[in-house]
Amino acid sequence: MASMARHFEVLVVGGGPAGIAAAITAAECGVKVGLVDDNVCVGGQIWRGEAKKSTLPEARAWLQKLCASSVTIFSQACVFHQPAPCTLLAETPDSLLALQYSKLVLATGARERFLPFPGWTLPNVMGAGGLQAMVKSGLPISGKRVVIAGTGPLLLAVAAYLHRAGVKIPIIAEQASRGRLAAFTSALLGQPAKLTQAMRLKLSMAAVPVRTSSWPVAAHGREKIESVTLSVDGTLKAFPCDYLACGFHLVPNTELADLLGCDIRQGVVSVDESQQTSVESVFCAGEPTGIGGLELAVLEGQIAGFAAAGRPEQARTLFRKRDKLKGFVRSLNRTFQLRSELRGLSAPETIVCRCEDVRMGQLQPYTSWRIAKLQTRCGMGPCQGRICGPATEFLFKWHPDSVRPPIFPTRCEALSATAGLETRATGGQQ
Amino acid sequence: MPDQVTISVDGVRVAIAPNTTVAAAVLIAGRSCRTSVTGEPRTPLCGMGICFECRLTINGVPHCRSCQVLCEDGMEVRTNG
Repeated sequence: MASMARHFEVLVVGGGPAGIAAAITAAECGVKVGLVDDNVCVGGQIWRGEAKKSTLPEARAWLQKLCASSVTIFSQACVFHQPAPCTLLAETPDSLLALQYSKLVLATGARERFLPFPGWTLPNVMGAGGLQAMVKSGLPISGKRVVIAGTGPLLLAVAAYLHRAGVKIPIIAEQASRGRLAAFTSALLGQPAKLTQAMRLKLSMAAVPVRTSSWPVAAHGREKIESVTLSVDGTLKAFPCDYLACGFHLVPNTELADLLGCDIRQGVVSVDESQQTSVESVFCAGEPTGIGGLELAVLEGQIAGFAAAGRPEQARTLFRKRDKLKGFVRSLNRTFQLRSELRGLSAPETIVCRCEDVRMGQLQPYTSWRIAKLQTRCGMGPCQGRICGPATEFLFKWHPDSVRPPIFPTRCEALSATAGLETRATGGQQ
Repeated sequence: MPDQVTISVDGVRVAIAPNTTVAAAVLIAGRSCRTSVTGEPRTPLCGMGICFECRLTINGVPHCRSCQVLCEDGMEVRTNG
């Protein structure tokens, strides 16, 4: 396996909007910048596919700027370990990268939260963002029937995207109540851009019913999903479908921040006004500091980019704009808080941990994530608890208690090369 | 760029549009990606490299996240089905 070592004054992990903004901003300050991203193309989830065929003017502008910049981009590179201070290891399909940094910006984004219910492991039950990503990656969807369910503003955005792609959407089931959504909408009055965006999304698919206080109860099908039963405002109704796109808002990806020793509180990375974490050389921007959406992510990225490049005075000029948007994080959390009824969806035989097929009934006797893990293998498969961890946090109030390298499954070749690096870093003492 | 690339999914040739991920191609071919430890067929959940439900063997390399890999002409894909 080929290996390569590079040093950057500013290294950015994550090529979504926050990471792109941080990388460009730092590069424009004249420092040497590297950007490492796990995906085939930069853009993250929200700008997925925009690098090849751009439809969003803002995405196009940032991606063109990135191409024209001096930033060195490593795509399909998955960061899995920090074997020595200020050195990250990343695995690509054919090589191992040792990336050294003076300052690091974490822009690792978020993932969807999934909750177990009977049938959720059936083929063609996907995340809402998950199905959108698959369609952007070439899955033909025109003419298919897709039920959209869960919670969060992503549901509406995905529905509008699928609607444009020729999908028939019988219903969007949002678990939040009408009252909560109404409060959210009035909170948006202070942010006309977001309100206009939400109205435009809904108007673009006027015929699609959005039902509040509604959620999935069971997915049915033999080889793949054929229908889904929803609780629609208190009444059970079955909807035939080809796909169920279902996600319960977002969870920040904090595993790397955790590995580096950054302070994490209530699931989000703590940062100061310059986006600096509790570890001096490490900054964090975008969703890992709290789910706040695109506009906030870009601003945080710019601030982190300036600060990491040693331009605190320029970072400061953006503080007010950022702080104004930060209120959106709180209203999102409040509005799309999960209702307690969702804890009762799983039957004893419902799988909770999809990697190890651990069922609800097997987990119920245990009182902590660690004990459940040791006794049942819950969270010990390749996703390392990224899917069942947030679910059990909601179901049982369990908290994953440690992150250990490698933070992603890694080939033995890469791991053995890592051992060499660790030996060098400790002066050969084992 | 060619109009199509041809890959093989479990020995069956499939013509796919360029810039399609292997995960999407496997669904187009009507296959699931893997079989779970208790024998359930699985297809992608997250679509972004987190859940590992789409993992399969590409050109002999096992456990590849197929949602993070683009189809290339002549690629040999083995699902764990």
